[in-house]
Amino acid sequence: MSAINSEPAAYPHLFEIKNGAIGLPMLRLLGNNPATIANQLREKIRQAPDFFRGAPMVIDLHELSALDEEVDFSALVSAMRDCGLVPVGICGGTDRHLHAAQTAGLSLLADVKHESSHQPVQAVDDKPKQPAVIGKVIEHPVRSGQRIYAPGGDLVVLSQVSAGAEIMADGNIHVYGTLRGRALAGVQGNLDSRIFCLDLQAELIAIGGHYKVSENIEDSVRGLPVHIYLIDNSLKIEKI
Amino acid sequence: MSRIIVVTSGKGGVGKTTTSAAVSMGLALKGHRTAVIDFDVGLRNLDLIMGCERRVVYDFVNVINGEASLNQALIKDKRCDKLFVLPASQTRDKDALSIEGVGKVLNELSKEFDYIVCDSPAGIERGATLAMYFADDAIVVTNPEVSSVRDSDRMLGILASKSRRAEQGDEPIKEYLLLTRYSPQRVKLGEMLSLEDVQEILSLHLLGVIPESKAVLNASNAGTPVILDEKSDAGQAYSDVVRRYLGEGVPHRFIDEEKKGLFGRLFGG
Ligand SMILES: Nc1ncnc2c1ncn2[C@@H]1O[C@H](COP(=O)(O)OP(=O)(O)OP(=O)(O)O)[C@@H](O)[C@H]1O
Ligand SMILES: [Mg+2]
Repeated sequence: MSAINSEPAAYPHLFEIKNGAIGLPMLRLLGNNPATIANQLREKIRQAPDFFRGAPMVIDLHELSALDEEVDFSALVSAMRDCGLVPVGICGGTDRHLHAAQTAGLSLLADVKHESSHQPVQAVDDKPKQPAVIGKVIEHPVRSGQRIYAPGGDLVVLSQVSAGAEIMADGNIHVYGTLRGRALAGVQGNLDSRIFCLDLQAELIAIGGHYKVSENIEDSVRGLPVHIYLIDNSLKIEKI
Repeated sequence: MSRIIVVTSGKGGVGKTTTSAAVSMGLALKGHRTAVIDFDVGLRNLDLIMGCERRVVYDFVNVINGEASLNQALIKDKRCDKLFVLPASQTRDKDALSIEGVGKVLNELSKEFDYIVCDSPAGIERGATLAMYFADDAIVVTNPEVSSVRDSDRMLGILASKSRRAEQGDEPIKEYLLLTRYSPQRVKLGEMLSLEDVQEILSLHLLGVIPESKAVLNASNAGTPVILDEKSDAGQAYSDVVRRYLGEGVPHRFIDEEKKGLFGRLFGG
C-alpha cells in the first residue's frame, strides 16, 4: 500500500501544520497512512529545517475523530522525531485514539479551541471588535540571535531587524526599517494578522503558521515596502 | 570617572588586538591614564603586539585569584608612562575568569585609570561575554565581508542584552563601528563589501575605517602599536579614531581609492 520513496505530492496532503491556541504548533492529521505522512512530513520540514528543529508539537486528531480512523502512533512519533520534532501529546480524537496514543507515550492535552481554516470566516459576532493592542514597541535594531515576542498584540519595530533575528507577535508585525530576519505574525493562530515592513529582505515570514522562506519570496517584491497577509491559506505579499 | 571600552567582534582575526593596542596607546599619548587588558586567556597575544612579552611576571588570572596584586601585574609601557598592560595567562583555561573576579579587577582599575581597554577574544563564549559585560563603550571591529558583519551584528545583540548596563537598566553601552582591513580597490572589484553596505546592514555610528596596510604586520613584528608609525596610513587612521572617540570632529579618510599619480594616470586604466 505505501510506497516509501514515491513523490509526496502524488498523494493528497495528510496533515497541516498550524499554530494551536495553547501556543504549541499542531500537526493536524487529515489522513492516517503512516508512510505517506512520514514522507510528506520530511518534505515539509526540509523546506525550513531550522524553523522546526526541536519544536514541540501537538498531534491534532479532530479531523480523524468522525470516522474513528486508526492511527499508528508509534510510527508517527518516530517519523516526527526523525524530522527533529518533539511530539508532546494529542488533542481531539476518540477514546480509541487516546488509548493508542497513551500506549505510544503521548499525553492527552486539554482540548483547545478548534480554530480551523475550514471554518467559515464570518462567525456571528455581536460584540464590537476589540481595538488592536500594541503589545510591544522596539526602538532599537533587533540583532542577529535576538528573539522578540509580543504576546497578546502587535509588535512594532522602529528600526531594522537583522538576518538571524526573530520577531513574533500574536497580532500584526510592523517593521519601520529593513526586515532581514524572520517575522512570525499571529503565532497563536490569528490568521487575520499581517506583516508590514519598509524593505522586505526576510529570511522567513509567517502568518498563523503559514510560512514562506526567503527562497520562495518573489524577486518582484524583494527590497520593497510591502504588507503581507493570508488569503486562501497562502501568503500574499503586496507592495504598499 | 573612568570608562571601560571593550574591543569586540565575534569573528576572529579581524583586528581586535591590533585595535586595542593602537587605541590604548593613542589615549595614553593624549595624556589619559590608560590600562589595556588581554581577555584572551590561553592565547596571550596583546603583550606581543605591545612589545612587553619579555616583562610578564604575573597575569590577569593571578590577580583574580589573589596570587598577585594589580600593581605587581600591571606592566608599564616603556614609550608612554600613562599606559599599562595587564597580560593574559597563557597557562590557564578560560574558565579561570569569573564575573566576580573580573568585576573586582575592573573596579580596582577604575580608581586609578581614565580608560580601561578590554581586548576581547573571538567568539561569543565566556571570555568574550566577560570582556563586554562591564563595558561603557564598545568598539565593534568588523572586516568588510559578510561573515564578519554577521558576527558583529550578533555581538551587538549580546551587548544590548547581556551586559551589566542592560541588566541594571542603565543607559545602554555606546556602540561604535570600526571597519578594518578596508581596501577600496577590492571593494571596487566587488571582492569586499563597501563601507555603505556595512553601514546599511549594521546601522551603527562609524568610528573609523582602517585601511588594509603592511604597516600593521611590520608594527606587530616590531612589538610597536601601529599608531606610533605616524607616517603609515593605518597609524594615521588609528590616530583619527582616537581623536573621534574623544569627541573631535575628524573627517573620515582611506575610504576612497587613492588618486593615481602622474604615472598611474599615464599607464593605469
Ligand atoms: N589594517 C590591517 N591591515 C593589514 N593587516 C591587518 C590589519 N589589521 C589586522 N591585521 C592582521 O590581521 C591579523 C589578525 O589581527 P589581530 O590579531 O589584531 O586580530 P584579532 O581580532 O585580535 O584576532 P583574534 O580573534 O585571534 O584575537 C594579524 O596578522 C594582523 O597583523
Ligand atoms: Mg586578539
